[in-house]
Amino acid sequence: MVADFGYGVLVITFLLAIYSIFAALVGHLRKSQKWVESARLAMLLTFPGVTLGVLSVITLLVTNQYNIAFVYEVSERAMPLYLKITALWGGQSGSLLFWGWLMAAFAFAATLRNWSRDREFLPWVIIVTSLTLAFFIGLVIFYENPFARYWQTAAGDVISAMFRPASSIPFTPDDGRGLNPLLRHPGMIIHPPMLYLGFVSFVIPFAFAIASLVTGRTDDRWIRITRRWTLVAWLFLTCGLVLGSRWAYDVLGWGGFWGWDPVEIAAFMPWLTGTAFLHSVMIQEKRGMLKHWTMILVILTYDLVIFGTFLTRSGVLSSVHAFAQSAIGPAFFIFIGLTLVGSLGLLFYRWADLKSEAQMTSLLSRESFFLLNNLLFMGILVICFWGVIFPLLSEASGVIGQVFPSLANVFTGQKVTVGPPFYERTTGPLFAALVLLMGIAPLSAWGYRTVRSFQLSRWIALASAALTAISLYLLGLHDWVMLGILTLTAFVFVVAVVEFRRIVWPSALIAVLVSLGLFFLGVHQWQALIAFGAGAFTIATTLYEYWRAISARARAQQENFFLALWRLVGRNRRRYGGYMIHLAIVLMAVGIIGIGVFQTQTQRSLAINQSIELDGYTIRYDSLAQFPYPDGRTVTRAVMSIFKDGQFLQEVYPRVDTYPSGETMTIPGLRSTLQDDVYIVLVNWEGVTSQVAPFKIYHNPLVNWLWIGALLLILGSFVAAWPDKDPDYAPARVRSLQQAAYQPGD
Amino acid sequence: MRRNLWVFLIITFLALGWAGRASAQQPTPAPDDVNRIARQLYCPVCENTPLDVCPTQACAQWRALIGDKLAAGWTDDQIKQYFVEQYGARVLAEPPVPLVYIVPPILLLIGIFILYRTLISMRRKPAAIQAEPSAPSTTAGDDQYLRRVEEELKKRN
Repeated sequence: MVADFGYGVLVITFLLAIYSIFAALVGHLRKSQKWVESARLAMLLTFPGVTLGVLSVITLLVTNQYNIAFVYEVSERAMPLYLKITALWGGQSGSLLFWGWLMAAFAFAATLRNWSRDREFLPWVIIVTSLTLAFFIGLVIFYENPFARYWQTAAGDVISAMFRPASSIPFTPDDGRGLNPLLRHPGMIIHPPMLYLGFVSFVIPFAFAIASLVTGRTDDRWIRITRRWTLVAWLFLTCGLVLGSRWAYDVLGWGGFWGWDPVEIAAFMPWLTGTAFLHSVMIQEKRGMLKHWTMILVILTYDLVIFGTFLTRSGVLSSVHAFAQSAIGPAFFIFIGLTLVGSLGLLFYRWADLKSEAQMTSLLSRESFFLLNNLLFMGILVICFWGVIFPLLSEASGVIGQVFPSLANVFTGQKVTVGPPFYERTTGPLFAALVLLMGIAPLSAWGYRTVRSFQLSRWIALASAALTAISLYLLGLHDWVMLGILTLTAFVFVVAVVEFRRIVWPSALIAVLVSLGLFFLGVHQWQALIAFGAGAFTIATTLYEYWRAISARARAQQENFFLALWRLVGRNRRRYGGYMIHLAIVLMAVGIIGIGVFQTQTQRSLAINQSIELDGYTIRYDSLAQFPYPDGRTVTRAVMSIFKDGQFLQEVYPRVDTYPSGETMTIPGLRSTLQDDVYIVLVNWEGVTSQVAPFKIYHNPLVNWLWIGALLLILGSFVAAWPDKDPDYAPARVRSLQQAAYQPGD
Repeated sequence: MRRNLWVFLIITFLALGWAGRASAQQPTPAPDDVNRIARQLYCPVCENTPLDVCPTQACAQWRALIGDKLAAGWTDDQIKQYFVEQYGARVLAEPPVPLVYIVPPILLLIGIFILYRTLISMRRKPAAIQAEPSAPSTTAGDDQYLRRVEEELKKRN
């Protein structure tokens, strides 16, 4: 009954979405407000429609209707209520429906805004959002139906189908299979929704971009409308990624938070283009430049979002996330292909209308730095994309080897794995360059014109770059790619330091002192020295930017320091929120380098009261207990005491949860401080007895700064995205006055 | 001749005995050594799971196998090669094909080239159409204000 209702509502919603596309198109072609209004109302109705569909699935999950195939697969009687509800996104069809629901909600919100000044955008925003929605609802209706029921045929086979096949009787299993143990975690409540919110909300800027391309209104109005959407989308996506990392750290028992798993990368790729987009948008707004590029970025982000959903959902790549596999791949492929070709075609059609309004004034202008930033983001994107598709290419290339036997040695068609070593070696230098760039770029004003000729800095920079290359080579770095990128980074860094020496030298000095200090304190890994130096540089210049503006304001307005800070940030939230995000990224980088470069680990079997040592810590195995949990799992829990220099610090409890299905979860015992984490895993797979148990200990220095940085990043995003009065409604003169008075650095 | 044969047999016997004792004395390799190699390998059956953290029974046996090979005196590379021969190149965390490393730097160089061309072409545009007043850093407040207004007007049009 509920299933029939839910399915029926979804079919109606699908038809509504198709109708709204059609009506909006007619409205656009005939210039008829009536048709557009009709499309708008149909669009608004899709949200309650999908909501009813989602509520139907949740009802089925909560009331244990195991004759529904989806409910059987992701739920079981013993699961707590919150897991039964969140199981909605624990399986393929439910998660596609959930995606569609969020899409409908965002489309609903976007359609409700005040359209009086942007009437011409409306039909195309409706068309793009409805098309995306119709695609996902269509997948749910035609391919992955969460309402399909089990039927027993005359032959005794159990099949799943929406409607009763001929000569079959309904079949109801007693209990479900239950959710994958990895997903039985409170993180399940928040990580997938955050990620999906990030994915879905990027559709809105894309819809406006397409609308502006179709209508030919190619000024930056679409950007002004969607900039808060974009920031919010970016924040959700970032939160989704960070929460996923934290979840992996707490639950996977791998000692780390990021494994360069294809699905992690799939969620990371739209983040890369989205971040590049956020930066490129600023140049278009302030200088009217890079319009083509901004468009390409928003199109790429949209299709990477769909591609990301596809990779997660299709099982085309092997990954720890591929708990859902099916044949929806071709549908996704066609949709991605069509939208990519369609929107790029539209962009080329409007190419001439998107000319720059201003010229670059100097190679060291802020625009150049923004372009460099975009290049680095795109570089990381290309590496990620290449790494993800390389196994597929390698396997597919076997065909070439078969057709041309002489090439069979080159194109063997072997299945390969692209794991962390590849990504770390190739993206590492680009990330380091990005951190440095964050320190340099804010110093150059928009369209900065260098008074000095480029001569001096060029020679000094060339010399330092050569020196860097030689010394890194002598220090044992023989990887040519890395050497090349680091040399280039050194060149850009020195050029910037020389050109902006009057403001930048204190930060550069601090960076060098930090690196030297760490070196003498015994840190000899060059990656860490470079990265921490770059981090110190960026923190110093960013804080200096704050200080410069605050002191200028405090002087001019006779305000005290804190009031000046408060008002300054309030006047230009996006800029100072952005700087806050930069600081947050540096803190996160500190955490990532800490665990990435300095992590140590050891494994040993311990008898009770025996100890193991790692990096100055002594970890003693005290006892082991095994007990059942009400939800059916059996918990094997060890008690471990951590000592440092003979001093007792803390007890931790690594454990292994065994589910009735036989699946196990390894939950680490964790002692976490600002300085480092001690991460203890009970290695159940090596055979645990009451006398002897094997333990794996990880020492993860500084990793907590990753999470602290993430919190600061969220705060910064809130500062940047906090709604204020629509500046376009304020008289231009007032705005100019405000900007002129309070932006000393601009 | 016969004496030589005897000497040979005795020496062989002693050598075998010594070798046998030596191999029996080989300590079982520490789990850390096994993990060092397992970390560079992926589980041949599970999806995208490094061998050192894979909880399945099969993987425990593979790790034990690594331990045996280490005890038998194999080097890290020999063991990795053994796994590749048994299960294919996909067990390596890093693809053995250099192609995977060649393409990203080439694309990056192309990107740098495009960026460079863009910057140059953006700069080469005739300065005559530059309507915007230059922005000297020492401008007095009034000029700054006028410049803002002009920028604003430009944006509105």
